[in-house]
Amino acid sequence: MKKLAEIFAASAALTLLTLLPVRAAEDTLQVVQQRGYVKCGVSQGLPGFSNPDDKGNWNGIDVDLCRAVAAAVFGTDEKVKFTPLSAKERFTALQSGEVDLLARNTTWSMHRDTALGVDFTGVNYYDGQGFMVRAELGITSTKELDGASLCTNLGTTTELNAADYFRTHNMQYEMVAFEKADEAVSAYNTGRCDAYTTDQSALYAQRLKLTDPKAHVVLPQIISKEPLGPVVRQGDNQWGDIVRWSHNAMLNAEELGVTSSNVETMKSSTNPSIKRLLGLDGSFGANMGISNDWAYHIIRTVGNYAETFERNVGKDTPLGIARGVNALWKDGGLQYAPPIR
Amino acid sequence: MSATWQPKPARPAPTHVVGVWGWMRQNLFATPGDVLLTIIAALALYYTIDVVFHWAIIDASFSGTDRTACLKEVQGACWPFIEAKFGQFIYGRYPEAERWRVDLVYLIGFVGLVPLLVPQIGWKRANVIFMLGPFPIFAFLMLTGGAFGLVAVETTDWGGLLVTLVVAITGIVASLPLGILLALGRRSEMSIVRSLCIGFIEIFRGVPLITVLFMASVMLPLFLPDGVNFDKLMRCLIGVALFSSAYMAEVIRGGLQAIPKGQYEAAAALGLGYWRVTGLVVLPQALKMTIPGIVNTFIGLFKDTTLVLIVGLFDLLGIVQFHFTDASWATPETHITGYVFAAFVFWVFCFAMSRYSIFMENRLSTDRD
Repeated sequence: MKKLAEIFAASAALTLLTLLPVRAAEDTLQVVQQRGYVKCGVSQGLPGFSNPDDKGNWNGIDVDLCRAVAAAVFGTDEKVKFTPLSAKERFTALQSGEVDLLARNTTWSMHRDTALGVDFTGVNYYDGQGFMVRAELGITSTKELDGASLCTNLGTTTELNAADYFRTHNMQYEMVAFEKADEAVSAYNTGRCDAYTTDQSALYAQRLKLTDPKAHVVLPQIISKEPLGPVVRQGDNQWGDIVRWSHNAMLNAEELGVTSSNVETMKSSTNPSIKRLLGLDGSFGANMGISNDWAYHIIRTVGNYAETFERNVGKDTPLGIARGVNALWKDGGLQYAPPIR
Repeated sequence: MSATWQPKPARPAPTHVVGVWGWMRQNLFATPGDVLLTIIAALALYYTIDVVFHWAIIDASFSGTDRTACLKEVQGACWPFIEAKFGQFIYGRYPEAERWRVDLVYLIGFVGLVPLLVPQIGWKRANVIFMLGPFPIFAFLMLTGGAFGLVAVETTDWGGLLVTLVVAITGIVASLPLGILLALGRRSEMSIVRSLCIGFIEIFRGVPLITVLFMASVMLPLFLPDGVNFDKLMRCLIGVALFSSAYMAEVIRGGLQAIPKGQYEAAAALGLGYWRVTGLVVLPQALKMTIPGIVNTFIGLFKDTTLVLIVGLFDLLGIVQFHFTDASWATPETHITGYVFAAFVFWVFCFAMSRYSIFMENRLSTDRD
C-alpha cells in the first residue's frame, strides 16, 4: 500500500513538473540542449527563403540558417524543427518561447530592435524594394520610370516607399494597388500597369508566374533598405552569439574558400584562419558554450554562404538571383563578417 | 360460336414524338422561344467545354519532375505538380514511413461507415457503438502514436486532407448531439437551462468562425496556467465543434417547432415522460424534417475547415497554397491547377454528402402523396 502511495506521489510530482512554466528567456542554449532540438520560426512559404519541396522538407536561405545553428549546437543539422509563422504572430511566438530563433525574412529596423524585446543578430540577405518591367520597354534604370503606372500591394510600406521615391526624384506615377500579391501580379501580367514593385527577392519569385518570364527584367536598383536577418530574444546574449556566429562562420568559410566538399581536406590546412574556423586552434566554440568544432559541423552539413545562396536562390535555381549586394565585401557586396580570432 | 371482341393492336406512336428526334422536338425545339434558348445554351456549353477540355487535357502537361514540364508555348493544366505533391496534399508532412497508419484509420473508418449508411445491413446498434466508442480512440492512438511502439507524430506535422477530414468529421460528429441538446435546452421550461443555452447559441452564432478559431488559438492559452499547452489542432477541434453545434441547434429547433402541439399532448396522454416523448415521438419527426438543413450545416462546416489555415494548420487548401511557394514548380499555371485540384476534392466530398442526404430523405419520407 505504501508503495502504491509512493508511485502516486511520484507521478503527481512528475505531472506538476511538466506543467511548470518553461522559462525560456534566461538560458536558451541550456533549454535547447535539454530538449534535443532547435525550434526555428520560418515563413509560411516564401520561395528561396523557406519553402517546401516535394517531400515536404523545408528548403531555403532562412531554413539553412536554422540548420546551421542546429549543427553548431548539436553537430548535426537534423536536430531542428520548423514552425511556420505568419507575419503577425512571429514576434509573439519568439517572446513566448514557442521558437528559439526567428529566421523569417524579417526586416531589421530600429523600432523592432529596440521596442519589441528582441535582438537582430545579423543580416543573412540584403533585400530592398525593386521594380520589374517588360524587357521590350528597354528601361535599364528606375530613373527612367517617369510617368509609369505601378502595380503593387495595398497598404504596405511598398506603396509608401514608391510614393517617396517618385516624389523625391520629381517623377510622375500612377499607383494601382491590389489587396493580394497574386492579383497585382496578374494585373501586371495582363498589361494593366507598366511596372510591378515589391521586395526584389519576391520580384524574382513572382516573375516565374508570368506567362513569359524572359520578357520581363528586374531593374538592378533598389529604393529602400530591407536587411533581412535572424532574430532572437533580447537578454540572452550567449544564444544571440551562437546565432550571430553561425551566420558569420558561413561567411568566413566562403571567404577562406572552405566548402562542404573540401572541408575534410581543409582540416590539414596550415592557414591559421582556417585552423581557427574549423576549431583546430583556440577555444572559440567553448567560449559560446558549445563544442570547438561547431563551425566545422556547419560547413560539413550546410555549407558556406555561397553554397546556401546558390542552392536556394542563385543563378542555377528557377529564381536566378545574382549575388549583387549579397556578395562578399571583397567582391563588392555588403556581406562582411568579423574575423574569427 | 360467338366471336370475342379483339381490340386492334395499338398503333405505334406518331414518328414525331418518338425516338431521339421526337424527344428533341418535344423538349428542345417546341416553340421558337425554346429553339432560341436551346441554341444559346448549346453555344455556352460548347465554349465552356471547349475551354475546359483544352485546358485540362489537350494543352495540359502530364509528366515531368519540375517546372520545365509546364512551360509550353500554350500551356494548360500542370498535372505533374499535383502528381509530385500528391503525398503532401493527402498526408501533409506526416512522415512517409508512418503513412500506413493514416491509411489504416481511413480503411477501418470506411469499413465501419459503409454498413452504417446502407439501410439493408443490420447490426446498426453495434456498429454505431463501435464508430462512436472504440474507433475514435483507435484513430487517436494510431494517428498521434507515442504508444504501443508507434512513433509519436506531432499534430503540427499533420496536414492536407488528413487535417480537413479530422476537423470536419470531429465537428460533424460532435455538433449533432450537442446541437440536439442545445435545441432542447432552448425550448426547455427550466429558465436557467434555457438562458444558458440561448446565451451559448447566440454568442457562438454571432461571432465569425475565424474569431472563434483565433480565440481558441490565441486567447485560450492566456486563461490556462503557464506552461500548460493545449495542442493547436485540439484547440481548433473544440472551437469548430462548439461553433457548429450552435448552428445545428438552430436548425433542429426549426424542426422541433414544426411538430404540432397535438403530438406532444398525445404522447403525454399515453403517460410518457419528457425524455420518452422527446426520444420516441418528437425527435424522430423533427430530425427527419430537418435533414436538408442538417446536411447543409455539415457541408458548410466541411468547407469552413479551410479557415484553420489562419491559425497555422495546413488543411488541404492550405497545403496546396503552401506548395505554390516551391520555386521549382512556379509557373503561370501552377496555382490554377492547384486550386482546381483542391476544388475538385472538396466538391467530391460535398456532393457525396448531398446525394446521400437526398437518398435518406426519400427513404424516410412518410408523405402519402
